[in-house]
Amino acid sequence: MSAHATTRIVGTPVPRKEGVDKLVGRACYIDDMEREGMWYGATVRSTIPRGLIRSITFDRRIEWDQFTVVTAADIPRENIIQLIIADQPCLADGKVNHCEEPILLLAHPDRHKLREALGAVKIEYDPLPHLFTIEESERRDQVVWGADNLLKSFLLEKGDVDSAWARAAHIVEGEYRTGAQEHLYIENQGVIAEYSAQDGVTVWGSLQCPYYVFKALRGVFDLPEDKVRVVQTETGGAFGGKEDYPSILACHAGLLAKKSGHPVKMVYDRMEDLAATTKRHPARVRHRTALDKDGKLLAMEIHLDTDGGAYATLSSTVLSRATLHSTGPYLCPNVRVRARSWATNLVPYGAFRGFGAPQAIFAMERHMDEIAAALGLDPVELRRRNFLCQGEVNATEQVMREPMFLDQLLDRALQESDYHAKRAQFARENAESPIKRGMGIAAFYHGSGFTGSGELYLNSLAGVDVTPEGKVRVLVSNTEFGQGTNTILTQIAAEALGIEYADITMAAPDTDMVPNSGPTVASRTSMVVGHIVERACLQLISMLREKAGLGETYTREEFFAACARYRDAHGEVSSMCRYEAPPGIYWDDQKYHGEAYGAYAWAVYVAQVAVDTVTYSAEVENFWAVQEVGRVLHPVMAAGQIEGGIAQGIGYALYEKVVLADGRMTNNQMTNYIMPTAEDVPPIHVYFEEIPFRHGGYGAKGIGELPHDGPAPAILNAIRDATGVSFTAIPLLPEDLYAGLAAIQPVEEPALP
Amino acid sequence: MSADGKARTNADWPAIRFTVNGESRSVHVPPMKRLLDVLREDLHLTGTKEGCGEGECGSCSVRMNDELVNSCLVPVLQAEGADIQTVEGLALESSLHPLQESFLHNGGAQCGICTPGMLMAAAQLLAHSSHPSEAEIREGLAGNLCRCTGFMRIFASVAAAARETESELAKEPVVEQTHHAR
Repeated sequence: MSAHATTRIVGTPVPRKEGVDKLVGRACYIDDMEREGMWYGATVRSTIPRGLIRSITFDRRIEWDQFTVVTAADIPRENIIQLIIADQPCLADGKVNHCEEPILLLAHPDRHKLREALGAVKIEYDPLPHLFTIEESERRDQVVWGADNLLKSFLLEKGDVDSAWARAAHIVEGEYRTGAQEHLYIENQGVIAEYSAQDGVTVWGSLQCPYYVFKALRGVFDLPEDKVRVVQTETGGAFGGKEDYPSILACHAGLLAKKSGHPVKMVYDRMEDLAATTKRHPARVRHRTALDKDGKLLAMEIHLDTDGGAYATLSSTVLSRATLHSTGPYLCPNVRVRARSWATNLVPYGAFRGFGAPQAIFAMERHMDEIAAALGLDPVELRRRNFLCQGEVNATEQVMREPMFLDQLLDRALQESDYHAKRAQFARENAESPIKRGMGIAAFYHGSGFTGSGELYLNSLAGVDVTPEGKVRVLVSNTEFGQGTNTILTQIAAEALGIEYADITMAAPDTDMVPNSGPTVASRTSMVVGHIVERACLQLISMLREKAGLGETYTREEFFAACARYRDAHGEVSSMCRYEAPPGIYWDDQKYHGEAYGAYAWAVYVAQVAVDTVTYSAEVENFWAVQEVGRVLHPVMAAGQIEGGIAQGIGYALYEKVVLADGRMTNNQMTNYIMPTAEDVPPIHVYFEEIPFRHGGYGAKGIGELPHDGPAPAILNAIRDATGVSFTAIPLLPEDLYAGLAAIQPVEEPALP
Repeated sequence: MSADGKARTNADWPAIRFTVNGESRSVHVPPMKRLLDVLREDLHLTGTKEGCGEGECGSCSVRMNDELVNSCLVPVLQAEGADIQTVEGLALESSLHPLQESFLHNGGAQCGICTPGMLMAAAQLLAHSSHPSEAEIREGLAGNLCRCTGFMRIFASVAAAARETESELAKEPVVEQTHHAR
């Protein structure tokens, strides 16, 4: 099947690298860490969505001389959080643009004293008009960002959409909406910062991207590169939520540490974390689709709009991924996607697993079932007629060069789920039962790695070295937060070097020690970074053969002996490689044309759902997930990624609603922001088909985000199958089901006793 | 590691005594201080985690007098005289507890932050139901939220640990084996 078909370590379920530490309670998360003389920090936040700060007063009942107070005036360099566009202040200076916007910071040696102090800072505002929805923002009644509220827009065009409508046998339109979603990592955001004139600023924290935080700190502090250090501590879940926000928190704690002269710990409690940090972008997607008489796609016109919140943060790149996933895994000659991200006066939305794709795929896959219904076709058959095949081009006219077999994935999903027999059985039973069951499918892809030329810009550097003590260290800035980075990269290094899993350690994720191998996002670690590590290991072996007499075959003792000889003769034993793009990559950032992603993972998911027409609850009873993610590097962890993503996707579809009132989240507790529990998740059946990708680490493609894309449309398609009612928005809560079902079948109210 | 003489203890408060992981401990702290904070701050047992502070996520679960409790909801005065087990007390001397072993090999832990609480909930379950059905496992873990795994591999880990423990027990004379209906 591939050059890597036989491996010793890759593809086997080795124990998680840091697993024992986590299981015995020894793993050190940020809140488990203390520094000598440490103080605690807290944040005074805006209570209004938009306005000018008229005055800040400090209640005299507090002994303020015992506190350190930091405002925007204390920022040494620029009051900007550096990310993509320099628009977000580190601390509001005279004006606020969303509720919970940080205004000033407090630190004190006793964390219990901070709560009262927070309440004793009184801020008066002159309110300004605000925007809370995409609709309000696009009307431009108020301009709250830039010249026109538009954070970013893309136009993707293929063929000639305008002339297609006249030739169409069918035209189907639909509008689909997705809500905000909270990451709900179980470990809240947190950092500890230290500052000294000699060493500059050091930040330890729960974070995904040490070098993003590094860049943000350099923007805020007037310090050279060698006086900024960022260290990731064990991180208790992230899911994208610790991609951008830690930069803000790190700058805050750093400012408090500098002014107080003490190390400062800032760990949010759950209510602050939920209210103030990023969530998934809400989206509205409108489809207009032309089909010929055989049910083949002729043209797709898609208007995709997201709510970006008050600052640009990552909205542009989220929108990019949404745009590139909006047309689904289908062949269509004429496509136009107009995508826009709008500013509102809400907490900025940010990265969350899938990064725009779940929103776009929800719309596309729900719309496919609406098209099927309009044409009188089976939803399975409609998809099969339009699937992309190897050699064809997608919406950006990227040629699908790699082998792909959506048909087989679909066949397997239908077979494993017994789809057709179950649909027939439920159709018979539903007529007589208050419980209506249905089956729904979703077919989709997820692009692995940064979009377009993104990986070239990142120019990632990664590698391995061998210490004098005989330990091989993997040198990457990619972080472990549950998804398996440590284990996967260790497997790759052990495999490529021909030594044991236990011989490899991961260098500390510390910007003083590891090179910038890019952020840990975008399903890129196994495929992109894994491949660089694999190349660096093979390069090390060549070096040892050429210069230290390592034989064609060797034992691990011979390997380490060769390393020692190399060290004696040449110095440090280390091998670093940079990212190299696969050949033939072409991408036009202006026209959104060309190779959008280095590789795609493909999937077909099936949901079995029961809708109780008495209680209006919808329950996912069973779930089947068939996917092709390249080589599966670790079967247990890979399945665990898929299952976890599906559980989050089920929450996205049926449970998780961010309730806002006047721009503030009102259900910012685990009591009322509801995620699926052990009693809610259905049995999840995971199947992999493997086509090794030759430019990925040992054949891997991306896997982490894929499973969040499919559940929501599959579940709502199953609800349509069960009830005959089309629901087009998520989250779909019992009250929404009630509204939709009562509209078509008046409900008999039970007689009161 | 002793609580005596640590900076945060306050000799003015009367001693509260309890047993943690088989060791007698005594703390001088405000009686309404959360058991969670006493464990983490005064006894430096940081394996027990805080996730929500309101008894919803179960990350701070410990076993107290053979009950599973959210230590964020327990004022330490309620622990007077109690027998408490935390994740640090689970490993049997140098080797892992069968549950830890099973979580390690079945993918039961990902980011690890819910893991200590999840292990305590699972230990509580197995202490009362040596061969739990999947429904019993789901019910036993319903108060412990995991955002990473989707729970499938946690269920598998608990079931495998139960089988492992059963087979260990099977080496001794088996008195009675209970099978629960699913």
